[in-house]
Amino acid sequence: MFSGLMLNTWIAATAVAVIAGVTGFFAVLRGSTFAAHAIPNGAFAGAAGASLLGLNPFAGLAAFSVAGALGIAGLSRRARHDVATALTFVMMLAVGALFVSWSTEYAQEAYSLLFGEVFGVSTGDVLPILVLGVVSIVAITVMFRPLMLSSAMPEVAEARGIPAPRMDLAFLLVMALATSMTVPVVGALLMFSLMIGPAAAARSLTARPGLAMTVSVAIALITVWTGIVVSYHTNWPLGFFVGVMGAAFYLLGRAYAAGRRHMAVRASAATSLVRGVLTGPGPGGEYG
Amino acid sequence: MIVGHLLRYVFEPGFFGSGPVHVAFAVGTVIAITSAVVGVFTVTRGQSFAGHALGDIATTGGSGAFLIGINQFWGYLAFGMGAAAFMEMIGVQRRRGRDVATGVVLGAALGLAALFLYLGTQQSSTTGASFTILFGSLFAITPSTVPALITSALLALATVVVLARVLLLSSLSPDIAAARGVPVRAVGVAFLMALAVSVALSAMIIGAVLSTALLIGPAATALRVAKGPARAAATAAGIGVAAVWLGIVLAYDSFYWPPAGRGWPVSFFVVTLVVGGYLVTYLRRGERRQAAPESADAGADTEQACSPA
Repeated sequence: MFSGLMLNTWIAATAVAVIAGVTGFFAVLRGSTFAAHAIPNGAFAGAAGASLLGLNPFAGLAAFSVAGALGIAGLSRRARHDVATALTFVMMLAVGALFVSWSTEYAQEAYSLLFGEVFGVSTGDVLPILVLGVVSIVAITVMFRPLMLSSAMPEVAEARGIPAPRMDLAFLLVMALATSMTVPVVGALLMFSLMIGPAAAARSLTARPGLAMTVSVAIALITVWTGIVVSYHTNWPLGFFVGVMGAAFYLLGRAYAAGRRHMAVRASAATSLVRGVLTGPGPGGEYG
Repeated sequence: MIVGHLLRYVFEPGFFGSGPVHVAFAVGTVIAITSAVVGVFTVTRGQSFAGHALGDIATTGGSGAFLIGINQFWGYLAFGMGAAAFMEMIGVQRRRGRDVATGVVLGAALGLAALFLYLGTQQSSTTGASFTILFGSLFAITPSTVPALITSALLALATVVVLARVLLLSSLSPDIAAARGVPVRAVGVAFLMALAVSVALSAMIIGAVLSTALLIGPAATALRVAKGPARAAATAAGIGVAAVWLGIVLAYDSFYWPPAGRGWPVSFFVVTLVVGGYLVTYLRRGERRQAAPESADAGADTEQACSPA
């Protein structure tokens, strides 16, 4: 379970979970979930193109995910974000379909890019993943404050000289970077589930950004680690466990938040009642 | 995927005389029109992600139905509508919250897709199974399914047309709509169901990629060039049908093109035409609208859609 190739699996999957937890937090906060789906999925077309030209699939993935980020950010300046994302995405996939039709033996490779080969990570794959992972984390850390401000309060950010389109492009590029590193390991579909489920759950658990990001990473780690163990024993695909657990965590988070809001409303009502009797109106609860 | 079948028929001499091709053309045209009209409201309401996700989810349902041996048609419909209901249930009313809800449902569905494909390959070891998810299923339209297909598509289309006025009002200004006694949430649910049916059908027939392209591309283009919702819907339908037909013709022409010498995929041509058409509207209308912020732009879109023809 922890020897040889499996050790690589654990290291790679842990790195992927950390990066997915961090970028996913911002994807959910910014409402960029469609881009989080489009960039990893569309990037697969790049891998198809690279295999056609006999290049390293990493190069194709990186080129296409960056092109996707540029396309979404560029079109978004003139149109709605979701329309821009949809059109960029279908264009990337259509080019992918073209590449696949040109190549003759691509089907098996495409399968592994969509669903990943997490149990077949070689030692040579681990290093680039770790390097790109560190680069993405550093990039997010460096722009944490402006990105946070631009995501939560775009108007305030604009007033302080942080242009929303530029932050959007910067964030999409980080997502593209994260994608080109993670897709060969966990696959495009799983990368998406891993970005959205844990981050959405964390957001419903706490409103504090630092904490929410930590919780998001923690849930992503728990999801992936549990998934690997269960998948190892049952032989069912990891993507299944990650997808279902992500949604389950989200529903749990929503249920917890609803319960807490209910309690907070009651508590704050009681507090204000008491305070009102004693001193006058008091502050509401955190969620009131 | 009908496109695959078309591609094969396109290269046969009896192309325009062949029965399956007639069926394909008829169904393809119905799909293009339905997608375009439903798409106008999808774009206006900012639900492109849901429009795409429902296609992927419905495809998962199709592979599930295939696995347990029932007609895929019902798998597509059941998963599409079930997912729409689920999104509505957990979706918050804000646009951002809605996209997160869509993402969570899509994530779970893609997990199921991985499982279904795994179980499917255990049974029959088909290596091309992954393309089912991206490029639609290898579902052959049998003439017996055509009536059910067309009826469902027309039902979805009729729902949207009947609801057009209240839909526009509740998309543009939910508060005013509510004040006028429009059940905003119920209208939203009805629209999401119509979207689910339309997208599920098109995902089944032409694949999830083309389904999204035909839903969003013609509608977004039409909303930029046409005044008024009715004209926008008509323009979108025209663009959609033209793109599909021209795409098929180009795929036919591409048979001797390099490098493989066996034709380029229809989906590539249709998507390129649709996206190209959208980009052309920016050339035509020039630089009149510079870098508008998203919210203002969203308002402009709906405003344009709602201004009297």
